[in-house]
Amino acid sequence: MQTVWFCLVAIMIAMYVVLDGFDLGAGAIHLLVARDESERQQVIRSIGPVWDGNEVWLLAAGGTLYFAFPALYASSFSGFYLPLMIVLWLLILRGAAVEFRGHVASAVWVNFWDIVFAGASFLLAGFYGAALGNVVRGVPLNQQGYFFEALWTNFRLGPNTGVLDWYTIIVGVTALVTLMLHGALWVALKTEGPVRDRSRRLARGLWWAILALTIVLTGITFKIQPEVPTNLSTRPWGYLFPAVALVGLGGMAWFSRKQDEIKSFLASCTYIVGMLTSAVFGLYPLVLPASTNPAYSLTIDNAKADDYGLRVGLAWWIIGMVLVTGYTIYVYRSFAGKVKIGDSEKGY
Amino acid sequence: MLDALLVHRLHFAYTVTFHYLFPQLTMGLALLMLILKTLALQSGDEHYNSAARFWAHIFGINFAMGVVTGIPMEFQFGTNWAQFSRAAGGVIGQPLAMEGVFSFFLESSFLGLFLFGEKRLGPRGHWWAACMVFLGSWLSGYFIIATDAWMQYPVAYRLGSHGEIILASFWGLLLNPWAIWQYAHNMSGAVITAAFVMAAVGAFYLLTKQFLAHGKTFVRVGVIAGLIASLFQLIPSGDAQGRMLAEHQPVTLAAMEGVFETQRGAPIALVGQPDLQNRRLDNPLVVPRMLSFLTYRRWMSEVKGLDAFPQQDWPDNIPLLYYSYHIMVGLGTIFIAIMVLSAWKLRKGTLYVSRGMLWALMLSLPFPYIANTAGWMTAEIGRQPWLIYGLMRTQAGVSPQVSSGNVWFTLIGFMGMYTVLSILFLFLVYRVIERGPLASSSQPEARTA
Repeated sequence: MQTVWFCLVAIMIAMYVVLDGFDLGAGAIHLLVARDESERQQVIRSIGPVWDGNEVWLLAAGGTLYFAFPALYASSFSGFYLPLMIVLWLLILRGAAVEFRGHVASAVWVNFWDIVFAGASFLLAGFYGAALGNVVRGVPLNQQGYFFEALWTNFRLGPNTGVLDWYTIIVGVTALVTLMLHGALWVALKTEGPVRDRSRRLARGLWWAILALTIVLTGITFKIQPEVPTNLSTRPWGYLFPAVALVGLGGMAWFSRKQDEIKSFLASCTYIVGMLTSAVFGLYPLVLPASTNPAYSLTIDNAKADDYGLRVGLAWWIIGMVLVTGYTIYVYRSFAGKVKIGDSEKGY
Repeated sequence: MLDALLVHRLHFAYTVTFHYLFPQLTMGLALLMLILKTLALQSGDEHYNSAARFWAHIFGINFAMGVVTGIPMEFQFGTNWAQFSRAAGGVIGQPLAMEGVFSFFLESSFLGLFLFGEKRLGPRGHWWAACMVFLGSWLSGYFIIATDAWMQYPVAYRLGSHGEIILASFWGLLLNPWAIWQYAHNMSGAVITAAFVMAAVGAFYLLTKQFLAHGKTFVRVGVIAGLIASLFQLIPSGDAQGRMLAEHQPVTLAAMEGVFETQRGAPIALVGQPDLQNRRLDNPLVVPRMLSFLTYRRWMSEVKGLDAFPQQDWPDNIPLLYYSYHIMVGLGTIFIAIMVLSAWKLRKGTLYVSRGMLWALMLSLPFPYIANTAGWMTAEIGRQPWLIYGLMRTQAGVSPQVSSGNVWFTLIGFMGMYTVLSILFLFLVYRVIERGPLASSSQPEARTA
């Protein structure tokens, strides 16, 4: 039962990263691909009606993690206290920027929120990557299963790590570039004219960066978290996950060349899902490795809630997800097609 | 450690108090907008559609504020209350996760369609979207109330071998009797806020002689909804809450009412200041025997005072609890008076020209917010010194590794952030009100193009 929930939480997190990832990415490249007011409105409108629904995946995934693995929720949220609070502030600023930007037609007002939107999106993408890096690297859990990490210490690995060290920074940069690429492919898909052309050019450049970063990061991760190569060699079917990532990476290059925007974007989704599932598979059954003593690590067995709750949860979760799939498809279909320049309607 | 505990508590209190300023209007307004859309659908009168569109503008801004301030609430269970989360997450995680899966998706999907899709959806489809927004927001409220109700009155659990709290019955948790009355009381509180806000905006338009047709509609809908909700708030929902409290948290009731000594035929205090040193109420103004009657329906029944309980089980801030409760009840009484009077004038047909009554309605706007906040303070300060009533003390629930310095850092950060958000919110809502209902196109953000 805990393995089922491990997979379900992983799926929800992956959904969050894929969905909110493109609007975070669109935010991070906002100032790069859109130069004047009508272009910027194109970018904002391409995510306007959906970003809020995308962010709901974060809350739903968080809630699910909470009830399925309460000990993991408690340890990781209190241990990553400072970075999480900063993430919250960035989410607040970013939400305010998207929602409030359009309310006053003044250059000062709009520019201010554009900068807030882009800056917050940029930092969030990086922070999410650093968070993933921390989980993969392991944290200094004590015997009671708690820890507290400063934002940074000496940027080195070892017993006294901070949230940011050279490894987690590399993961952060990789996440940032991945989501920028993801966002660029989304914007190219949803817009036309100069914004689309710039996004496509940017995506081509970012693709080479992500190729290099993927290779470097994989190599380093195998060294830093030996659990990952061990898991792969004991369960070789797990090579499926990195293979999915590679297919996505190749697909992005192939479909971008063929100017097939929908398939390029889907390839980027595939790449993200492949990378995340590889990391998660590499850690299983650990959910939060301890850098202090392997015995203190949190696993799906010692972090899970009682079986009865997990069984009941499965029943309502399935019903809930069927409904969610229904609404999501309905909303995206209502919002299909390109956002036109100077189009006065917001998405519809 | 006490120092850190206090800051953790302030942190949650501050962020949740600020957050709840927005959902109370969201939930109440969702119902009132649905009423306007239903009137529009029934009468085919475009007037009601433009009225609904105007409120949809304010709803949209308010909803965004609720979302951005709501995300920190879910996070804080883990960040600041890790031991509580670890022990009880298997139970209260259920309603919290269900809120995400069942209500947030529903709300966010249909809100987009409601705000931006009126033309596309047609009248019936748009009414349906309003229904779904209403359903989503009210469902969300239920899951949160079920969570809080379990902390007030834990049911449907058993204890594991390591002291962890294990869910024993899913339906027992969701249908907690405490949750049902608390939900009724809380939701009618939300409707009171929205009704007063709607009536106040209407009164403002009538007093300033602009948008008269809409002003009248807002006043009428606000007063009728406000009358029903403020009566329901007292009886049966408030009354039932009080009697549940007497049964399950008698020490809280004693502290709220300022009853220091156990007595038969206990009076109810309308005014007075609790004096903890001398264990009495200073300057009391009381109605004799009323508390006994209200609690047990018998004039001479015995009401337990604080002296009947060990001091370590007393709520740790009795004066604040006492004042919160009295402010809530006092304002609730005033709301009934205002709404009864307004409804009477509405029936007579003189309300729209009665300047005094319109002024009163307009100036009442902030008070439902204060009453709702005071009500929640009564519930949560009254729960102290327990985090889960009778099961876990508040001090046993905090995150052991998060120091007071770090909590101060983030508390100050939230204060700064929320101050900026408050200013923006007031500015944007004022602009919508100033522009008025006729300026509302069906595409709220279209005018920037």
